[in-house]
Amino acid sequence: MDLATFLIQCLNAIQYGLLLFLVASGLTLIFGIMGVINLAHGSFYMMGAYFAYGLAPFVAAWFGESFVLTLVLGLALAVLIGYALEWAFFSFLYRREHLQQVLMTYGLILVFEELRSILAGNDVHGVNAPAWLAGSIPLSDLMTYPVYRLFISAVCVATGLVLYVVIRQTRLGMMIRAGASNREMVQSLGINIRLLYRIVFAAGVGLAALAGMIAAPVSTVYPNMGSQVLIICFVVVVIGGIGSIRGALVASLLVGIVDTFGKVLFPEGAGVVVYLLMAVILLWRPEGLFRSG
Amino acid sequence: MKTMKRRPGMVMAGLATGLLLAAGGAGAQGAKVKVGFMLPYTGTYAALGNAIENGFRLYVQEQGGKLGGRELEYFKVDDESEPAKATDNVNKLVKRDQVDVLVGTVHSGVALGMAKVARETKTLMINPNAGADAVTGAMCAPNIFRTSFSNWQPGYAMGKVMAEKGHKRAVTLTWKYAAGDESVGGFREGFEAGGGKVQKDLTVPFPNVEFQALLTEIASLKPDAVYVFFAGGGAVKFVKDYAAAGLNKTIPLYGAGFLTDGTLEAQGDAAQGLLTTLHYADGLTNAKEKTFRAGYMAAYKAEPDVYAMQGYDAGQLLGAGLAAVKGDVKNQAPLIAAMEKATIDSPRGPFTMSKAHNPVQDIYLRKVEGKQNKVVNVAIKGLADPARGCKM
Amino acid sequence: MRFRFARLPMAFALFALVALAALPWLATPYMVDLTTKIMIMAIFALSLELLVGGTGLVSFGHAAYFGVAAYAAALLAPKYDAASLPLLFAIAVLAAGAYALVVGALVLRTRGIYFIMVTLAFAQMAYYIFHDTKVGGGSDGVYLNIKPELTILGWKPFNLDNGLHFYFFTLVLLAAVFVFLTLLLRSRFGCALAGIRVNETRMRAAGFPTYSYKLAAFVLAGMLAGVAGFLFAAKDGFVNPELLSWHQSGAVLLMVILGGAGRLHGAVVGAFALTLLQEAFASEAIFGSFAKHWQLLLGATIILAVALLPEGLTGVADEIRAWRLRRRDAGQSAGATDA
Repeated sequence: MDLATFLIQCLNAIQYGLLLFLVASGLTLIFGIMGVINLAHGSFYMMGAYFAYGLAPFVAAWFGESFVLTLVLGLALAVLIGYALEWAFFSFLYRREHLQQVLMTYGLILVFEELRSILAGNDVHGVNAPAWLAGSIPLSDLMTYPVYRLFISAVCVATGLVLYVVIRQTRLGMMIRAGASNREMVQSLGINIRLLYRIVFAAGVGLAALAGMIAAPVSTVYPNMGSQVLIICFVVVVIGGIGSIRGALVASLLVGIVDTFGKVLFPEGAGVVVYLLMAVILLWRPEGLFRSG
Repeated sequence: MKTMKRRPGMVMAGLATGLLLAAGGAGAQGAKVKVGFMLPYTGTYAALGNAIENGFRLYVQEQGGKLGGRELEYFKVDDESEPAKATDNVNKLVKRDQVDVLVGTVHSGVALGMAKVARETKTLMINPNAGADAVTGAMCAPNIFRTSFSNWQPGYAMGKVMAEKGHKRAVTLTWKYAAGDESVGGFREGFEAGGGKVQKDLTVPFPNVEFQALLTEIASLKPDAVYVFFAGGGAVKFVKDYAAAGLNKTIPLYGAGFLTDGTLEAQGDAAQGLLTTLHYADGLTNAKEKTFRAGYMAAYKAEPDVYAMQGYDAGQLLGAGLAAVKGDVKNQAPLIAAMEKATIDSPRGPFTMSKAHNPVQDIYLRKVEGKQNKVVNVAIKGLADPARGCKM
Repeated sequence: MRFRFARLPMAFALFALVALAALPWLATPYMVDLTTKIMIMAIFALSLELLVGGTGLVSFGHAAYFGVAAYAAALLAPKYDAASLPLLFAIAVLAAGAYALVVGALVLRTRGIYFIMVTLAFAQMAYYIFHDTKVGGGSDGVYLNIKPELTILGWKPFNLDNGLHFYFFTLVLLAAVFVFLTLLLRSRFGCALAGIRVNETRMRAAGFPTYSYKLAAFVLAGMLAGVAGFLFAAKDGFVNPELLSWHQSGAVLLMVILGGAGRLHGAVVGAFALTLLQEAFASEAIFGSFAKHWQLLLGATIILAVALLPEGLTGVADEIRAWRLRRRDAGQSAGATDA
């Protein structure tokens, strides 16, 4: 592998890692702060992708074609749905064991998958990237790099920064951090923990849906797309340390690198490498790279 | 179409014998033929399962709801494309519903599980899609037929086409699973027989769709051409990624037909001009294709695809067998003999059954134009699968 | 605990045993076949219950041991002769146990959700080894064409090719595993496991080598899953990498949870309930054309079950009893104030 190819592979690795981060950040929030094992997180990613596909014609008909407006509308819708779901299904799960959450969120996956089938059918659909992001940049004599992929990375980095600032610098972030480490304490300070959880959950759903919408033009939209993302996101969250946004970022990039180079260097074992990475890291640090905080 | 003309007489004969036997206490004659669809109705392949069922039903409707003079009764099981449940699901049809004929399925792993049960219970099985070579190879049996293709067939044809186009060095890329390996294996045979050389075989873990690393690898290998095997969502994403990486301008991409079947709406501009090989194409001009297309449009308000066509031919093949035994599906030896001898007047063009019960058929070279896979020419005429491992 | 385990499960177990033994005379061959498969899944679920309910270890990779045993049976059976049943059985179970020993020795260093995920990681590795390499025929899987036979001095007590014989063979194994686990959980070893589940630190302080206890439970659970895997391979004669997939690990975990973790009979009830519910929802005879939306019905039922039955299906009896106790207490205290 020459240097130029190596550098391009690094770019691929980072780009894939950042996209994983966007999905995984929502999962780690819900997981770390509320202690809910949410198997349905992949479904929220799928929901986002189908929003990008399904809302675009509506937006085009009413306001003229606008990718950004579709994103904003889809995000708002996802946050609303997340808020409602928390109220309807998750709010009574906090006192229950993890196992109950596994069972319930599995039920939700089935319901979401079937609703998707009824509402949007079972065909594969493409989503067009907006015209202003459709170009590409030459990388080597043969290869070019699509601008849209750079845009994805930019959105991921921006979202990561916003999350960091919100959690580290704002009052809401302080409450979230406190709620993660000691629920009773926060409650006794007179903070409405139920509302707090509802907000965190809605934000987590929003992040997953945002990832789905952003990824839709490159990943396309198809049945069962959520379950593929789900497992890899759990890997990321656990490697990074549950509840740690910073950990999720480092772990995403790590998984991106290992996956990218694994495919090229060890094609026979490419399926195994990511899980091998997780096993090695957890045997070395049984609570992930960064403990929640 | 001979069967059509003979039908009224046969119905009468069937009715007469039915009445006689019913009077004698044996109700089997004249009973409905039970057809069991074991197809994916949920999950990634749900659209394919529905198309196959629609195609099959269309043929039966065209025959007035009867094959060989008998009415058909349908049973359905959702196989979920889940091999771990394959045996249970096929048992629902064979043991619970006691069907006479199994029609299925899409997923190769599930089809192999089905084939095992069909072999053991001697239930007639028609496979309308799954391409696993073994179904009409090592697992072949007198009662197992296929109306689609073996993974080897389109691959071999494309190897020949690419060698003829003067490509010397090719890279292959597929998901790391049996169907991909078999397709690439067929390609290698055809390509190397024509004087080409496979430079490297690349794979992606199934069902991973992150291709960027391998596109970079292809760019650094600089082959004359690339052969890929992907289907469904993976096919859409690969074709778009290949174009977005600019590789389509310098290294021509070829594939087995599933790369561009049922996916063109989603692939959009990225797929334009792609060459693929398959046993079906848009723009075929035979008469059967025209009536099939019109009939399907009228019945389902949708364009038929290759899967619908394969389902339709499964209906035709069964019809040919049942006609020979006047609908007596239990009379298996002559039924099978008739299916083996039948020339199916398929929308893809007529085909016959090989010794191992896989279609001997023309493989078309197709080019993507707009939303269609337009036929360019016949890549190989009457191509038969080598049926390795079949002892029949 | 004693109150729960003592009487009700025994009555349940006896009743279930009688019902299952009588089933072949009451049901269609298809129902017998289906019940055989459910009983295999029940053994599988019981093996996981030893970890989840017995020891407090939630494994999300339990299908690996099931699948390893199934592959061992299919790959090591001679191609054209019937294998010796006891030999093949022992090999399959030991193969599963050996893999569980290696994995367990490593993963028991972690706990909680991390444990869940590492077990998944090791199962996925095993899955990809069978899926991507040629050891077991790749993603197409392998066949076990001739069922193993038991021959004692030339006498064959039963023939697994006969569905009824296979049914009773499975039933006997299910009953044996159930009795074995019941006794095990009541033994000193089982009590130590329960202690670890409740408070591992205290158990360690009390001088128990908790790691060894957990490892022993993990290997035992792997071997019992191997029993189920062996039966699966012998019954279907078709082994596929999907047997090791996380869907399968998830399905068996669902059975344990749905039935009610913490009760052995919960695993059995869960296996029956989940399979039969799906069977019913996907049946066109019952739901007509809506049957193709079976996922919706199954999903909604699961959600309802979680909402209404926090203790799982078998927890209902406990909850009724608790409710009665509460009412009686309330009645007594009301009586007391009257007087």
